Amino acid sequence: MKIIVCVKQVPEITEVKIDPVTHTLIREGVPSILNPFDEFAVEEALRIREKHGGEVTVLTMGPPQAKEALIKCLAMGADRAILLTDRAFAGADTWATAYTLSLAIKRLEYDMILCGKQAIDGDTAQVGPELAENLGIPQITFVKKVEVDEKARKVVAHRETEDGYEVIECRLPALLTAIKGLNEPRLPSLMGIMSASKKEIKTATAADLAAKVEELGLKGSFTEVVEVFAPEPRQKGTIVTETEPEAAAKRIVEFLQAQVII
Amino acid sequence: MSIEVKETCTGCGVCVRACPFGAIEVAEGKARIGDACTLCTVCVRSCPFHAIVIERPSVPVERFADYRGVWVVAEQEGGTLKTVSFELLGEGGRLAEKLGEELAAVVAGSDVTELAKPLGTYGADKVYLIENELLERYTTDAYTDVLAAVITRYKPSVVLFGATINGRDLAPRVAARLRVGLTADCTGLEIDNEKRLVQIRPAFGGNIMASIISHNRPQMATVRPRVMKAPKPDETRNPKVEHVKINLDPITVRSKVLEKVRELTKPSEKIEEAEVIVSCGRGIGKQEELKQIYELAEALGAAVGGSRPIVDCGWLPHQQQVGQSGKTVSPRLYLAVGISGTIQHRIGMQSSDIIIAINKDPEAPIFNLANFGVVGDLFEIVPRLTEQLRIIKAKERP
Repeated sequence: MKIIVCVKQVPEITEVKIDPVTHTLIREGVPSILNPFDEFAVEEALRIREKHGGEVTVLTMGPPQAKEALIKCLAMGADRAILLTDRAFAGADTWATAYTLSLAIKRLEYDMILCGKQAIDGDTAQVGPELAENLGIPQITFVKKVEVDEKARKVVAHRETEDGYEVIECRLPALLTAIKGLNEPRLPSLMGIMSASKKEIKTATAADLAAKVEELGLKGSFTEVVEVFAPEPRQKGTIVTETEPEAAAKRIVEFLQAQVII
Repeated sequence: MSIEVKETCTGCGVCVRACPFGAIEVAEGKARIGDACTLCTVCVRSCPFHAIVIERPSVPVERFADYRGVWVVAEQEGGTLKTVSFELLGEGGRLAEKLGEELAAVVAGSDVTELAKPLGTYGADKVYLIENELLERYTTDAYTDVLAAVITRYKPSVVLFGATINGRDLAPRVAARLRVGLTADCTGLEIDNEKRLVQIRPAFGGNIMASIISHNRPQMATVRPRVMKAPKPDETRNPKVEHVKINLDPITVRSKVLEKVRELTKPSEKIEEAEVIVSCGRGIGKQEELKQIYELAEALGAAVGGSRPIVDCGWLPHQQQVGQSGKTVSPRLYLAVGISGTIQHRIGMQSSDIIIAINKDPEAPIFNLANFGVVGDLFEIVPRLTEQLRIIKAKERP
């Protein structure tokens, strides 16, 4: 099984602060991490490789420092990594991202592509399906269990639904997106960390992908962010300290009645 | 836009069977594409010899005026429409009025004729019905094929999907096939003075809001359930109904639903649909104590949610987790019990209409969000609250 895992380096959003004057994100000093949902994808790829053999390639598009996210994947056990980096890729929306990733993937051999269900900075969950469409392969999104039948060239996955899950059988090659619960991602071992530095990280630019610059990044995007603003702050509420629990409960009941909830 | 059959075509006829519109015939040993072609790309995928090539550049600005009408992609399962479809009709109707265009619903399934009427009563001027046995259960391939095909044929200016599990699977696939932009999980939609659709969505876990526009047509978005208001149904309305004839070839549907498993059967487990959610966090301490939370939820007619630690301990299933790695909910009331309110949790619940918090730590960040907060011991307060609610309920009973 040749597996490609698409990953993204994201800011640790728990540390993102908002500038109170400009209402923009203060990204300075915010650490970057491997997108948590991508860890499930990497882990699953490694488990499939352990069971069926093959190789795991991790792929990302981003600035040069996105290499850090790839190194983590290599330390977890991925075999090789590819970094797509070029100023022309900057400002890409989900379409332009998926398109660029597809250009790189079309040059590789693969049986399966794994992605996290979404990145925690954008939360769109769109790049996976858009990539699958660009590659012309089927997809199973939001999976929490994966079984590969290599001989029959198919995969059976449990896909989360609103009230449970559905069992989906799909031909390979296919693209799957991972949710929490798929597995418990391993921590990189000391050996893994040491060997990661010896593994290959290829970089590719727009020219390497033979891409037209007008189809990449901001220029190649079909959507445009025209304004960014702070969400309306919630109204300051009433906080009470009641030493008597019966009275505290009563205050809540009164509030619920005032709000016509009961 | 162009479609071309290359020399490698052997005239095998696979594409003839695959074409949803019967637009292809084999003549003189080669596939010939007729006028009914919508460039939906199904044939490209079906061709064993990669002999069909479609060039689909984006719609040029001067052709934008050809795209008219606001479409809602209605979602149904087993003949029942999802609530979000009605919410989208309410919002879509408002947008259509501003644009001076028609509001249409499109619904796909194996037997959906009966759904035209309710879609009309909730505001659709027109309903497009796509019926085929292969659409009985949702599959990415079949639904993408038919939606991309009807959108290409009828050219709406706006297409809205519910940001449900299936909506978020389908919309990006359709958008990529049509080569148009898509905005995910919108919480607001407006029409600007250039008659463009402004798509408003939270990003960075709700820390900022972004207004987004599309550079091509149709303008597509998925919309978060429970944010828009469903209109009052008007039983006197009868929509225009159009049965769209589309063929589907099983060979182009590459995945199959083997089984559907319902794990969450009780309303108390379905946090995404709930009007009221009682949610608990680390403060609950022991699994046995969850009983109190369920009792409180029952008294309120609420669903039960939890923060990550509770789910990680295995006390609640993952489907009931609220927060960044779980679900984003926006109920009318969110009652947070013993939840401190880390940013990861707030991401999942801060768009709730009303938030009530019970926590013993007066410094807990959840109090910054709460409309009403009580500093105190949940083990003392929760049972008494449940009791008082039960008494009120009993009194209401005739």
